[in-house]
Amino acid sequence: MTATIRALVLTGFGLNCDLETAHALELAGAEAVRVHINALIDGSARLDDYQILAFGGGFSWGDDHGAGVLQAVRLRTNIGDQLRAFVERERLVIGICNGFQTLVNLGLLPGFNGDYQTRSVALTWNDCGNFRDDWVTLKIDPQSPCVFTRGLEVLDLPIRHGEGKFYATPEVIANLERHHQIAACYAKPDGTPADGVFPHNPNGSLEDIAAICDPTGRVFGLMPHPEAYNHWTNHPLWTRQADARRRKGQSALPEGVTPGIQMFCNAVAYLSR
Amino acid sequence: MPYRLEVTLKPELFDAEGETLRQKARDYFGIQLDAVRTVSVVTVDADLNPAQLETIRGEVFTNPVTQVSSYDPLPVAFDWCVWIGYRPGVRDNPGSTGAEAIEDILGIELAPGESIYTSKRYCLVGQDLSSEDARKIAADLLANDIIQQWKVFPAADWDPDKGIGIIIPKVKLDHTPTVSTIPIDSDETLQKVSDERNLALNPNDIPTIRRYFLQEDVQAQRRQVGLSDPTDLELEYISQARSDHCNHNTFRGLFHYSEPLSGVAEEVDSLFKTCIEAPTLKLKSEKDWVVSVLWDNAGIGRFDSDHYYVITGETHNSPSNMEAYGGAITGIVGVYRDPLGTGKGSRLLMGGYGYCVGPRDYNGDLQPHLHPRRLLDGVIEGVRDGGNKSGIPTTFGHILFHPGYMGKCLVFVTAVGLMPARVGDASADQKTTSAGDLIIMCGGRVGKDGIHGVTASSEIYSENTPAGHVQIGDPYTQKKMHDFLLEARDEGLIQFITDNGGGGLSSSIGESAQFSNGCRVDLEQVPLKYEGLDQWEIWISESQERMTVAIRPEDRDRFLALSRRHAVESTVIGSYTDNGKLHIQYDGATCAYVDLDFLESGFPQWEFEAEWLPPEARGLREPVVGPPADYSRLLRDILSKPNVGSKEWVARQYDHEVQGGSVVKPLVGVNRDVPSDAAVIRPVLTSDRGLAFSQALLPTYSTVDAYHMTACTIDEALRRVVAVGGDIEHVGGVDNFCWPNIQYHPEKNPDGKFKAAQLVRSCRALRDICLAYGIPLLSGKDSMYVDGNLTGRYGVSHKVSAPETIQFSAISLVPDIACCPTMDIKAPGDLVYLLGMTRDELGGSEYYEHLGYVGCQVPQVRPEDFLPLYRALQESIADGLTASVRGIYRGGLAVHAALAAIGGGLGLTLDLGKIPVEKPLREDKLLFSESAGRFLVTVAPDQRQAFEAAMQDNTWACIGVVTEAQHLVVNGMSASPLIDVAVDKLKTAWKAPFGDLV
Repeated sequence: MTATIRALVLTGFGLNCDLETAHALELAGAEAVRVHINALIDGSARLDDYQILAFGGGFSWGDDHGAGVLQAVRLRTNIGDQLRAFVERERLVIGICNGFQTLVNLGLLPGFNGDYQTRSVALTWNDCGNFRDDWVTLKIDPQSPCVFTRGLEVLDLPIRHGEGKFYATPEVIANLERHHQIAACYAKPDGTPADGVFPHNPNGSLEDIAAICDPTGRVFGLMPHPEAYNHWTNHPLWTRQADARRRKGQSALPEGVTPGIQMFCNAVAYLSR
Repeated sequence: MPYRLEVTLKPELFDAEGETLRQKARDYFGIQLDAVRTVSVVTVDADLNPAQLETIRGEVFTNPVTQVSSYDPLPVAFDWCVWIGYRPGVRDNPGSTGAEAIEDILGIELAPGESIYTSKRYCLVGQDLSSEDARKIAADLLANDIIQQWKVFPAADWDPDKGIGIIIPKVKLDHTPTVSTIPIDSDETLQKVSDERNLALNPNDIPTIRRYFLQEDVQAQRRQVGLSDPTDLELEYISQARSDHCNHNTFRGLFHYSEPLSGVAEEVDSLFKTCIEAPTLKLKSEKDWVVSVLWDNAGIGRFDSDHYYVITGETHNSPSNMEAYGGAITGIVGVYRDPLGTGKGSRLLMGGYGYCVGPRDYNGDLQPHLHPRRLLDGVIEGVRDGGNKSGIPTTFGHILFHPGYMGKCLVFVTAVGLMPARVGDASADQKTTSAGDLIIMCGGRVGKDGIHGVTASSEIYSENTPAGHVQIGDPYTQKKMHDFLLEARDEGLIQFITDNGGGGLSSSIGESAQFSNGCRVDLEQVPLKYEGLDQWEIWISESQERMTVAIRPEDRDRFLALSRRHAVESTVIGSYTDNGKLHIQYDGATCAYVDLDFLESGFPQWEFEAEWLPPEARGLREPVVGPPADYSRLLRDILSKPNVGSKEWVARQYDHEVQGGSVVKPLVGVNRDVPSDAAVIRPVLTSDRGLAFSQALLPTYSTVDAYHMTACTIDEALRRVVAVGGDIEHVGGVDNFCWPNIQYHPEKNPDGKFKAAQLVRSCRALRDICLAYGIPLLSGKDSMYVDGNLTGRYGVSHKVSAPETIQFSAISLVPDIACCPTMDIKAPGDLVYLLGMTRDELGGSEYYEHLGYVGCQVPQVRPEDFLPLYRALQESIADGLTASVRGIYRGGLAVHAALAAIGGGLGLTLDLGKIPVEKPLREDKLLFSESAGRFLVTVAPDQRQAFEAAMQDNTWACIGVVTEAQHLVVNGMSASPLIDVAVDKLKTAWKAPFGDLV
């Protein structure tokens, strides 16, 4: 029996997906603890005690001055060294939505050549000009080193953001492609590329980029919310799926974990290896 | 020395905000712009050195990947530049988070008076753009002069070194706080003071107030604390507590109700007691899941043995009507404090919304303060930011257009929360204050916000006058406070908690002190946004994001430490006592000393004349219209009506899935774009139980009779939760009344007696239908005076009154979420059932309205027939016999069959001849009747027997079949189909009214 994997989920300052992110990690077999950002800063909680660090969704500092910007300022100013040490100790970091925005503003992503400080990609305002809640289809790059997406091919997840348009210079994007750091792209429902077409690509992200990882695959950021697909009934078409299953004499809901939870299971499996 | 930083997107980046403005200028005013670029302006009014300025520019305010910035004006090209900034004292959320970040990154503390202000300038490029165009964009699209100031600059006048200049909207009051004593030598004197000070004292209350302060024993006690005649603060306290908003004088009033034609004449002593309290207490005694009703900030029901849910609903009409964004965000953030302040505190689970506004395309002569289109935009955005930034899913809502809401719009906001059943050894729904407990104010600071509501809007502005009467909610500050208070609750630190909303500290402390029977408050301890507030202003300010909490003295250190951890300001401002007195001091001097039980005694009841005339006596008749020839066109046109058409664009702006418990979303169907009957959430992620939530609103029926309007509204809300799998034995209601003024006045309100009678009838329907269905009223509110005076052609002012409106919300327990059906049809070959009787009930219907009529045969609710049907349907749903379930609501069978087909991406063939009727009905009536109590259900063929057996003894018929061919085919009495139209054509029509809005 392996030791329990411990996950830290950040809370406070307007973050808001902490309960379901902790729940998702628990479903995946980890022990999840919600920790206030100030508890990490004042030392009453220690990153050292955890193997997974989750930057969850929300509106940290109201998302004023750019989503995730002020969260990154506070963390870099106060515990920047600890965060980089955590990454360098080969532990796992996931940033979801506001967490992804924070990771890129911290420079923990894209992490080219072991540089975990430089801001070289951005998540900026959606081309549609508004906050948007919808489900999207994601196509996973099977060659990506990303730990979280292993074994996944095409899956549906919700997006809920106003600033999710992935932006970087062509050189940076080429670099991401070269190392298969683009872990997931927005796709049409059949899994073919969204090609920038709204609403399949919901925000105008360049190259349909929905998620990236660092070159090691251990730091992962994505705009969609895997923790919000923690139950089969989260899927927008679940009543149609359940109806079809009933007609086949099956139970309304499938067994096993959802694709959203599978991302967290991959993390726990990787650490338990 | 102040600095002005400008930040903008790099030129190669798409400016979505600028593009949205460009499109709106075109769509709303026909102004052609070639391009718009936005520049964010951060004005740093603080003493920073060059290195510090560079640090905050590079690290805090500029994204190196996407943005450029400079302390000099950025050279962004324009023909006209529009600058928009807040007025002094208006909540500048990015300004305060910016200050927080500056302090953090520089390791400094800004000195008192130092601050950060944010504003924006829009660089408009357009060849023929006139000064008038730029001003119109500034005044009618971007700024609302109640909260914002603006300037326009033509390119020729732009000084590239000075730019917009340095504008610092700092509040400077230069006033020494003063307590005034108010003379009460006569009723007239006090009335005069009330008028001058906007106290809004009811003339009938004035003698009671004077009598109290003239009592000898009262005067003797007051002398001991240095007081004589009442102070301004005391009268403000009484005015707040006696206001209709706080005391519900209308609903507690005495109604002289009569029906002159039938000779009925009776007195109704308190609509609240007879129609709300009595039935709810009766149902509470019968239903053990009802935990707490009628006293706290929200009602409480049992979710499971470990959890209670909490629900309440509010309106925020007047503020939204003045400043749509600010009013709506303050409304939603404000209603979220109610569950937080219920029992020992609840975590917020979800919100709902309802907007009633004038026609979006209104182009008549009346001039409301905000055009309905702009008002709706602002309201939608306010609730969007308030809900999304609170991390609370906005799961359900509706929008209704009606010219009656031009005078004043309605903004309903509903909140649902969850609390553990127990905190430590105590039941979490209980709370009380005890002598010795400390009074703590948590959250935001106090400014001149919301004092006397919108009456302050008539005051004259100066450059540094706080524009405080309209507020902007701050969900960020409140979210931090929410998280903090729940942790404090779980540690057992909270003895009592309530929110500061209407009436501010005056209400929250005044009401909580009733439990311990006394309080002493040191007002100088209250943290202020700026100096110079009078004591009475501190006491009644409605500054947002504040809670009042009672804690034991021994818990003080722990509570305050936890508060610091969460970066929330908490201040001890006094303590509860048991001497029966509300005792308020400022720097040791008493400014109020009032017996708490004074409010309970001796105030006269409000009285109303209420006179009912039945619809026929008011000239309403059924229209004389022949049958249509072109049903397909008719159906498409009705689907294109604003009140029927798709409003997907609104639901998509609202995060309806945060917290991870979404089960039935606001939009369902194969393309996720058709509105569901109700929302279902899974509040406890480890449980398979759910909560279903719905709302209904049918004000057009009030034209005929507010009794049936109310009955149908409740029936619709109930059917909506039944349609998604709710348990009929466990349905709670929330009633939100919005009524025009009911006080008769021969010139100003000549139909006041009728509106009062409508209110009496509405309340009676509420009582009758809730008792019949077994729906306890978990919460409710009333908002009277939904009227406005609008200027029209020739400068004539017109009084515009809203139709008598009730929004009814239903919440229901879903025993097993895996059984929840949705409304979209699922598979070809499924059988289509119509449940319930269709009658000649088109009075007030969408169909009649479309043809230009009202009619008078309004739908009626027959609980004795309907309830057994609903129970049978509930059982069928639980047994998995139904493939889809849709209630038939406004627009009738035709509209809801079309939506079910659109949702399923399949066709339907229906046979009107099979519809159950009491008397033969013409085809158009079968299609568009809005008879209550009906559902459209599809069933897989192999479940046919079981379903029909379950429905036996009820009214139902199999009226058709689901088809692979995506056509809606309706067969009438003749050989060829009445309607045969492709489903995607119906969908196009239904999406037409707001199609390109995102």
